[in-house]
Amino acid sequence: MSRLNLSRRDFINLGWGAMGALVLTEFSLAGLRFLSPRAVEGEFGGEFNLGSHDQYPSGSVTPVEAGRFYLVRLQDSGLLAVYQRCTHLGCAVPFDHKSGQFVCPCHGSVFTMEGDELNPPAPRPLDLFQVSINGTGEIIIDTSSPVQRDKPGPDFIVYV
Amino acid sequence: MTEKQTSSPENNHFLARVYRSIQRDRLPPSDDRGRMKIVMNSLVLHIHPAKVSSASLKFTYTFGLGGLLLLLGSILAVTGIMLIFVYTPSPDAAYESMLALRTEIPFGNLVRNLHHWSGNLMVVVAVLHLLRVFYTAGFTRPREFNWAMGITLLLLITAANFTGYLLPWDQLAYWAVTVGTSLLDYVPLIGKPVIGLLLGGPEVGAATLTNFYGLHIALIPLAIFALVSFHIWRVRKDKITVPRQVNQEANTEKVTTVPHLVSIEFVFALLWLAILIAWSTFINAPLEEAANPTHSPNPAKAAWYFMGFQELLLHFHPVFGAIIIPGLSLLALLLLPYLDQDMNTAGIWFRSISGRWMALVSFIIGAAGTYLFVILDEYWLDLPGWLPFLPSYISNGWIPLAGIALLLIGYYELIKSLGNTNCESRQALFTLLFSSFFTLTLIGIFLRGEGMALIIPWS
Repeated sequence: MSRLNLSRRDFINLGWGAMGALVLTEFSLAGLRFLSPRAVEGEFGGEFNLGSHDQYPSGSVTPVEAGRFYLVRLQDSGLLAVYQRCTHLGCAVPFDHKSGQFVCPCHGSVFTMEGDELNPPAPRPLDLFQVSINGTGEIIIDTSSPVQRDKPGPDFIVYV
Repeated sequence: MTEKQTSSPENNHFLARVYRSIQRDRLPPSDDRGRMKIVMNSLVLHIHPAKVSSASLKFTYTFGLGGLLLLLGSILAVTGIMLIFVYTPSPDAAYESMLALRTEIPFGNLVRNLHHWSGNLMVVVAVLHLLRVFYTAGFTRPREFNWAMGITLLLLITAANFTGYLLPWDQLAYWAVTVGTSLLDYVPLIGKPVIGLLLGGPEVGAATLTNFYGLHIALIPLAIFALVSFHIWRVRKDKITVPRQVNQEANTEKVTTVPHLVSIEFVFALLWLAILIAWSTFINAPLEEAANPTHSPNPAKAAWYFMGFQELLLHFHPVFGAIIIPGLSLLALLLLPYLDQDMNTAGIWFRSISGRWMALVSFIIGAAGTYLFVILDEYWLDLPGWLPFLPSYISNGWIPLAGIALLLIGYYELIKSLGNTNCESRQALFTLLFSSFFTLTLIGIFLRGEGMALIIPWS
């Protein structure tokens, strides 16, 4: 290893420069943390109790506007909570009762009742929220983090 | 000099002394030296050099576009500050503020209209300013970095427009911003954190409105003010390019800025102010129903200046439409002045006679070709359908991008083989791409109807 050739002046200048860089980094990180998103209670993002499961007949799609999702009850009585946000560019996808499909008004993406994409430009099926059934048979939907899926499948369907 | 003047015996009158302490130069100036001193000693006027080239005063050279941008910025600052006093940035109250501006507040509608139309016009004028500088080679050495600052300013102006777009909190605002921010979803790695930071939550909501308000009234205007100061300072240092005919030397005659330039600017600003006030008196800024997060309008379009990108998204895989193609275009735009080797064409429109023809032809080819491609892609071309075994980022991304890149390279070589210089050929290529983007924007605004299907606007 060669001997480091650093004059006292260079060393002090380097030290000051490093301290300046450190201060800048600290302020940037603190600023980013300061501005980071914070959850607001009682809004979309929390848990929703939809009551007893037997009020939702098979083959029905029930919009829950405050939760931004549809409660889908399939023909085999399986349950899905489909996030209304189109996976293409974020439009709210309405359910078309005539065709039994989700049709996005913005760019024409089409999804099945289970949220699988039939028609581009959507790159993947509609996102889902976690569905669970509590002890008294009530449906609980957790809207805190949408579940993304690349391929449709039965793994996400919840049965009572 | 000034010291001597203020203490000279004939100026000892108290009020005269106070006046001299504020306005140091004698008004009106009696000679050219006095006229130059006014510019040097005035805080506002010193954005100009004391003398300017008389040839560059010709209106059909600059069209006063940079000055018009300054005027629009000033109108936006004044009307914007007025609007701050009557606007509440919360989802419950924002739309109410809009209604109050329309119905209750004296001149409320006029102030809002002025702000809206000036902001939109600013995007158009900034693009025209860019084109003027580009087509007169005003970005060549030593002005390369000022070109980059101009591009950054264009991005900041767009950001200011976009953040302001949300504030009325109507359906138009809500969904344009939802669609606009969702474009970022496709940026790998940093996309999602940036969306979280911008929106302040999982969807456009109260936190988003607060964020956009802060960006719109504080951060972006400050950034624009700082950068514009730098931009204009560089123009003052480097001087503006002097217009001339092909094969002619530039006229080196100079005149004093006061009154030759300043009087033109003053009249020009007054005329534009009159036009804007008349326009804002008769044409209202759009306002739709209050925002409804559970119902997207059909079609949901982004703000008009993003329609070119939204149109790109209909034809390409999102990573290409939203990121790769705009990113490459921006990079090319920033690199343009550094590639330029020919310093002898500054001030000549389109660089040469041949350059003019090539630009015209390229503009027409760009527009016609884009219409053709859009119609082909809508009714016939279906690469993902023909190549179902490939992932869509290849069939609808790399393959069409490579095809277009080959066409562009071929076009560039063809133009060069016709005996044009590198600069003229690059200019032709730029024109083709700009014309194409311009056409995509027009198609997005006028020819897209329900479900974003192609429509004929007059039927």
